[in-house]
Amino acid sequence: MKEGKEEIELIKEGKRLDGRGFDELRPIKIEVGVLKRADGSCYFELGDNKVIAAVYGPREMHPRHAQDAKMAVVKFRYNMAPFSVDDRKRPGPDRRSVEISKVSREALDPVIMREYYPKTAIDVYVEILQSDAGTRTAGINAASIALADAGIPMKDLVSSVAVGKIDGEIVLDLNAIEDNHGEADMPVAMVARTNTITLLQMDGRLEREEFERGLKLAMGACHQIYELQRAALIDRYSESVDVGEGEA
Amino acid sequence: MYKVVVPGDFISEAASRAGEGTYVEDGKVYAMRYGIVDERGGIKVVPLSGKYVPAEGDVVIGRIAEISFPFWIVDIASPYEARLHMSEFADTRDEKIEFGSMSRFLDLDELIVAKVTNVDVVMRVDLALKEDFNLRSGGRLIEIPHTKVPRVIGRSGSMVKMLKEKCNCFIFIAKNGRIWVRGREDNMNLATEAILKIASESHTSGLTDRVADFLDSLKREKGRR
Repeated sequence: MKEGKEEIELIKEGKRLDGRGFDELRPIKIEVGVLKRADGSCYFELGDNKVIAAVYGPREMHPRHAQDAKMAVVKFRYNMAPFSVDDRKRPGPDRRSVEISKVSREALDPVIMREYYPKTAIDVYVEILQSDAGTRTAGINAASIALADAGIPMKDLVSSVAVGKIDGEIVLDLNAIEDNHGEADMPVAMVARTNTITLLQMDGRLEREEFERGLKLAMGACHQIYELQRAALIDRYSESVDVGEGEA
Repeated sequence: MYKVVVPGDFISEAASRAGEGTYVEDGKVYAMRYGIVDERGGIKVVPLSGKYVPAEGDVVIGRIAEISFPFWIVDIASPYEARLHMSEFADTRDEKIEFGSMSRFLDLDELIVAKVTNVDVVMRVDLALKEDFNLRSGGRLIEIPHTKVPRVIGRSGSMVKMLKEKCNCFIFIAKNGRIWVRGREDNMNLATEAILKIASESHTSGLTDRVADFLDSLKREKGRR
């Protein structure tokens, strides 16, 4: 990480390598209900990240001894497809994906009203089809929409984005090159309406002042993402149906 | 026009009118589910999707999933399975039901109409058989999400009444989203298509008229062939 820093110039003439400003998100594309057999699903694109989230449940919890008599159990699986990165990723769970699954579940947990479905399991599967840094945030955004789509009772949606430091500047939403050669990366997930942070991790070093500035930047971006998430869900049911259809 | 909300959407200041599918925080009503706001009476959010949770008094169509003396374990299209006690049958027969002979009365995969008599704190669901409905005499099962059931029934039964008239079928709609249709084969096909259309367009207005037109055009098409 540190060796590469000198070799690659990440900021040229006040712009990032992909032409973005410091506080600019990558393009986002959201599609709701893409999987027919899932109870809720969402396809989410964040720049070159392509992820799909599927929610099954509430359904019977197996194994039985892991049931909670008072509330539903949320299970979250983050998985990277072997073809999602340049060098083939060895399939199956590894240290990294187990950690991401855990923190993502905990990022969504505070909004899910689990007490409405005692003894059941809610399964959330996030598959990373293509990766370009920031997949956990894309996964959380997608999962939150898929949960709503599945009709799970929730207090709010969760929105997520990362901030980082490249060439000494605090920037929003790092891509893979910036992540690999930058000085810090900090994913944030939060409930936009209440400004409640549900996930905060940091890799690298930030000054206290930089941290605060970065967090503020991320929180602002979460509000932007929240609006997109909300719009994607609303739009799904606002398409007008032709009244004259079905005429022979 | 229907107003679609997502979880966390602010709906109203009138906390005292908050109903199903909403929650109250700091005296304000927010949506708890992804659905459509209904402000007639209280403030409700009618979900667009979600799993059926049995409640006492519901009439459901169940499928015998397992036999475990003295119960039949019944799948009721829900995260929770239900049980039907042997005595439900024993009272109406001269024969005594013995261990091992339960399948003679109701076998695996058989469909039943039952009423939910009790749901306890640990979500154990008890059923009582409704024998006035006999599904053995033929018909067809249609499954739709239980959230769409109110639309298939329509306001004070208008939709189902129209379906019955136009399709000339017996139609029974259970609370858990299972629908029993009985009639002539082509009429059942008609009813099936109409019900699936209602389920996929349940969020639109003027649905009853549109489905009526749809059925008329299907019939016309058939007559022409």
